[in-house]
Amino acid sequence: MSQHEQVLNYPIPNDAALEPPAEWAELRSKCPVAHVTLPSGDQATLLTRYDDVKEVLADPRFTRQLSAPDAARLSAEGGGVFSSDLAQIIPDGGEEHQHWRRLVSRWFTAKRMNALRPSMAKTAEELIDDMVKRGVPGDLKADLGFPLPVYVICDMLGVPAADRDRFSYWSDTMLNLTRYTQAEIEASQLEFFQYMSGHVAAKRAAPDDDLLSGLIAAGTPEEGGLSDLQIQVTGIALLVAGHETTANMIGKMVAMLLADRSRWERLLADPSLIRTTVEESLRLDANSGFGLPRYLREETEVSGTHLPKGTTVVCSMAAANRDESAFEAADQMDMTRSPNPHLSFGAGAHSCLGQALARTELQVVLEVLLRKLPTLDLAVPVAELERVEGLAVGGLRTLPVRW
Amino acid sequence: MKVTVDEVKCCGAGQCVLIAPEVFDQRDDDGIVILLESEPGEDQYSLVREAAAVCPALAIEIAE
Ligand code: HEM
Ligand code: SF4
Repeated sequence: MSQHEQVLNYPIPNDAALEPPAEWAELRSKCPVAHVTLPSGDQATLLTRYDDVKEVLADPRFTRQLSAPDAARLSAEGGGVFSSDLAQIIPDGGEEHQHWRRLVSRWFTAKRMNALRPSMAKTAEELIDDMVKRGVPGDLKADLGFPLPVYVICDMLGVPAADRDRFSYWSDTMLNLTRYTQAEIEASQLEFFQYMSGHVAAKRAAPDDDLLSGLIAAGTPEEGGLSDLQIQVTGIALLVAGHETTANMIGKMVAMLLADRSRWERLLADPSLIRTTVEESLRLDANSGFGLPRYLREETEVSGTHLPKGTTVVCSMAAANRDESAFEAADQMDMTRSPNPHLSFGAGAHSCLGQALARTELQVVLEVLLRKLPTLDLAVPVAELERVEGLAVGGLRTLPVRW
Repeated sequence: MKVTVDEVKCCGAGQCVLIAPEVFDQRDDDGIVILLESEPGEDQYSLVREAAAVCPALAIEIAE
């Protein structure tokens, strides 16, 4: 790399909890294919434009697997979830991935998610009641945002929610790119794996009507099902994916709505805006985490820039979601925006499998909060909200609220 | 309005069903899209356009 070329450090440092770094707009307009230095010191190529990010995420030549010897390492400690051995067991592309995806997707259809609404709402109500009992200020993240998605996914998988502190630690070590040593990460993954193997074995002995039992019932790979190893890893992937992402998003969404309380009031007056408001907060989430890294297996071009084989790109969906060429008044929150084709769940064949679940959880949380705590407000000034650092998935440290 | 869906492209994310349940459904066994109404009524037009615009797999086509 020439010394004259300015190389940006990635992730781009940003103090504001809910606002984007100024660099995004500049990168989109002047340097849509940018050289960046990752925490490991390795170089990567950052994409920030809507069209580029959408195209690359849907292009199978860009693989998720960062295991090639010349792929960039994300951090000195390894790559957390992005380069773990576990990630190799779920097929990455082609027919095999599609087969895996269809076996799992049946558990996440919109119809099934709608059927879960009443029980989700009940869980949310109980969690809010407990928070209210403990008194002002509550921490909406710890009291509601975190436990709700864990209860829901544990119930779907058929694993005890009582073990959630253990999952939290395990999934944190997988999603945290900087906090843990390689040895800690490996030890934690092994424990998680043993835990899940035990559950799969128990379901095999005594099947129930949950997702893990369903995957077992689909038979061996020869019979059109998955191997035991794949079932175990799928269980882990769903627990991790269904946990931090939605949990953090609940906190960030509520924070965005309370940061300008006229938004909250507008929802109180017209709850029919809940669905489009959830989408708009997903779009505007400026603290969504690392973005998605991809490794390029053959040379190509993006936005007229040549990318050699072996390039590691990082797609910033959060920057792309604020691209003026894709969204009118892209930096403004429009609670009625429709359509809202944001990229927060990715795009193409790998786009989030749990998005109907995530959307339903976010909608239900908002419905119940508006109904039970209409006077909800931030208990600290917005400027005091702090980001969680180092996680592949961004979030707020706490969300102090009063009512 | 004429709607078509591409089952091969569809990644079963269920966005279309959440937005326009009168026009789209998903197969129970793998989550792949089912088109309930290939010529939906006018009251559905804006929802169907929205579903097509946000489908992550670009699997919904509309001819108007
Ligand atoms: C607001 C919450 C969520 C966000 C922002 C989110 C975001 C994403 C993104 C960006 C991807 C694409 C990854 C890639 O292309 O490499 C993804 C994939 C995935 N998500 Fe989510 N997700 C959320 C919630 C969930 C939930 C609740 C589940 C299920 C329990 C889930 C399960 C998955 C799975 C299994 C994949 C991999 C799909 C595949 O490779 O085919 N996610 N998610
Ligand atoms: S939104 Fe697109 S990908 Fe998702 S189920 Fe409908 S057609 Fe399939």
